[in-house]
Amino acid sequence: MRLELGYIHITDIRFGDASKVEDGVLYVNAEEVEALVLRDERITSVKVDMARPGESVRITPVKDVIEPRVKVEGPGGMFPGVISPVDTVGSGKTHVLKGAAVVTTGTIVGFQEGILDMSGVGADYTPFSKTNNLVLVIIPRKGLGSHEHEHAVREAGLKTAVYLGELARELTPDSTEVFETLPLTEGVKQFPDLPRVGYVQMLQSQGLLHDTYVYGVDAKRILPTLMSPTEVMDGAIISGNCVSACDKNPTYVHQNNPIVHDLFARHGKDLNFAAMIITNENVYLADKIRSSDWTSNLCAFLSLDGVIISEEGFGNPDTDLMMNCRKITDKGIKTVVITDEYAGQDGASQSLADAHESADALVTGGNANQVVTLPRMDKIIGSEEYVGIIAGGWDQNKHEDGTITVEIQAITGATSEVGFAHLSAR
Amino acid sequence: MSKKRVVHYINQFFAQIGGEEMAHVKPEYREGPLGPGLAFGPAFGDHAEIVGTVICGDSYFNENMEEAKAELLKMIKAAKPDLFIAGPAFNAGRYGVACGAISEAVKNELGIPVLTGMYEENPGADMFKSAVYIVSTRNSAVGMRDAVKKMSALALKMLKDEPIGASSEDHYIPQGIRVNLFEKDRGSKRAVDMLLKKLKDQPYVTEYPMPAFDRVDPQPAVKDIRSAKIALVTSGGIVPKGNPDHIESSSATKYGRYDLEGVNYLSKNRYATAHGGYDPSYANEDPDRVVPVDMMREFEKEEKIGSLYRYFFSTVGNGTAVKNAKAFAEEFSKELIEENVQAVILTST
Amino acid sequence: MVKEIERAGIPVVHICTVTPISQTVGANRIVPAIAIPHPLGDPSLPLEEEKAVRRRIMNAALKALSTEISEQTVFDVD
Repeated sequence: MRLELGYIHITDIRFGDASKVEDGVLYVNAEEVEALVLRDERITSVKVDMARPGESVRITPVKDVIEPRVKVEGPGGMFPGVISPVDTVGSGKTHVLKGAAVVTTGTIVGFQEGILDMSGVGADYTPFSKTNNLVLVIIPRKGLGSHEHEHAVREAGLKTAVYLGELARELTPDSTEVFETLPLTEGVKQFPDLPRVGYVQMLQSQGLLHDTYVYGVDAKRILPTLMSPTEVMDGAIISGNCVSACDKNPTYVHQNNPIVHDLFARHGKDLNFAAMIITNENVYLADKIRSSDWTSNLCAFLSLDGVIISEEGFGNPDTDLMMNCRKITDKGIKTVVITDEYAGQDGASQSLADAHESADALVTGGNANQVVTLPRMDKIIGSEEYVGIIAGGWDQNKHEDGTITVEIQAITGATSEVGFAHLSAR
Repeated sequence: MSKKRVVHYINQFFAQIGGEEMAHVKPEYREGPLGPGLAFGPAFGDHAEIVGTVICGDSYFNENMEEAKAELLKMIKAAKPDLFIAGPAFNAGRYGVACGAISEAVKNELGIPVLTGMYEENPGADMFKSAVYIVSTRNSAVGMRDAVKKMSALALKMLKDEPIGASSEDHYIPQGIRVNLFEKDRGSKRAVDMLLKKLKDQPYVTEYPMPAFDRVDPQPAVKDIRSAKIALVTSGGIVPKGNPDHIESSSATKYGRYDLEGVNYLSKNRYATAHGGYDPSYANEDPDRVVPVDMMREFEKEEKIGSLYRYFFSTVGNGTAVKNAKAFAEEFSKELIEENVQAVILTST
Repeated sequence: MVKEIERAGIPVVHICTVTPISQTVGANRIVPAIAIPHPLGDPSLPLEEEKAVRRRIMNAALKALSTEISEQTVFDVD
């Protein structure tokens, strides 16, 4: 499968009479976006706002972040099985508004949404302080159940990203990049002397605010399976989760999966990026055993020499991570795992809920319990009402001077377990 | 600006008094830098200088540790240092222990920043790495230049009151405390680089060595469960609605103790979960799915158990530090022992 | 928590879904549960059957507490 990504670089975002991209500026007609979102009768009101890098703005509680993209050649459309009809994506051409993002917020669904600061110390911890963000503040119908609430907000974000992505359809990209994965035997022949490397992505799949969707299928109902890595670039995997905000993958991170990109960067040079395998992290032990068996069998079946395994979340998924690592290692395959840590605010406690000696090559996204005090912001998009109850916050953590003390756990994308961020720990 | 005052500790060998045959020499103080201390001068520049050197034989120190420490402390205190450096000791075992011990003593007694340096396998490293900063050095004096470079850089940070970074940034032996840092490369690239090294059988450094978990011997079984008083404990975060103790949805710093007097089951109108790590809908619909009060009451009636203890204990086991959870259990276990509770059923989500 | 209770001198049974974590961490008496969000229940069952499932798990817990062990043991739910 061969996909060309054409990047249109966005350096600013502004409201305008007509939605368009001009000289790197994304203009958005707010009424059109509102009308689009309000088509969903589960939503009573939406406020469209903007946040740019460096501004004194805090967005919270953040649910998802999405990158606007559009398919210009090849089968399928963005977010297949969810927004576009089901069709295999990942080939042809896709245009990307690089530097722009859609951020969804509004009333809280659970405890698990995040904080996104555009400036100050908090901005160092979230990758989305560097994007020009269109923010949707979504208020659902009164009495709407939490599952439906989450679903409505999720779809509103994706639809808006598709709407913005369409603006890039006729544009000429500022730069392009090509990614290609060959069928199994051709792939072997292409670089016969390079080690065959695979990527095992564990998808959070534990229920409300903990779900991930693959071509519209709830990931807790999948068996581990193979994908072309380019499929994720067209939105084949979307996020229905943000628990805890620091280490869950927003849709933006799936679209830009950094492990996929960094493996492609070495493809044909010192490794042969053979395949991507997705698996889940379910709440039943039997599922954990079955999925890790299946994943390791797929790795062996593909004659892989090395595998990178990324986790999503913490606690019981640490067991899925260790099961995957142990079983894949037992097949004679070299492994590296990526996780993050919950070592306590003082860093002195055990970092993981589970451990196995086979996990001897580990990359960490840092200790999520580390405490930071975030400065007062001139503008709050959403509401600071929830910063005491979201994961990583606590009662009375908001101070009189407007500062907020939280664990970085509460910051969207701070300890990414697909390695999207630079944070680590020793 | 006046230079900060540094006192340096070395053994008889590096003081050029002699080798093993002179390891018995007692503590002495000399003005100014000596031996390896001379190498620190250029690195300190205008910021600091070694004003004095304390010397002690390795055997004397290890065989008379308390006396040696007391004598050395007196000399060090008199020199009014702003910072204390010991070693580097490389892989010399007794020297390493001495460097660690005297550094710890100076830190505790004089309250000034201290550091030492040694090879990671030096027995002194294991003994003192969590007490003082020990810069990781090579295993012999061949690594002197590198050790001085790293030690002086850390010393200057301490003297300037700059925050100390993670062990990999400031080159000290990990203290068993996880410290965050921003790496040059993002995590995914570090993972790819690590895998390539592992595939080529080249050395690589994991960012988190797998921990060893401690074990507790099992308690003997309950002799007669039919007469036993049993308590319920949960990490599933079930609390009275409204979460009166404000237990955090993640990284809990508290636990709750809730009265079950007259409670025959956990009604969804009165109890809910405060746990932020799982889908709460099932627990909120029927909290007995997490804390089975209903079944314990039935067991009481059927005389399958003696009684259910009057209170249940609840916290949120979601990203909660082991240290906190341990402290909770230590505290409520005292009550359980006093109240003659004979067994605990602990439920986790 | 489970280890501290045991250390304090009280026999304890850990009812949990992810028994491997319990084993890694060091619980001694372990009884497997249904699922993480509902360890002692099964929302897919009618109420009576759900209670029967809870009873079976709790019976196993009582059996675990009454059984002498010398090493970590995962007890079966009948």
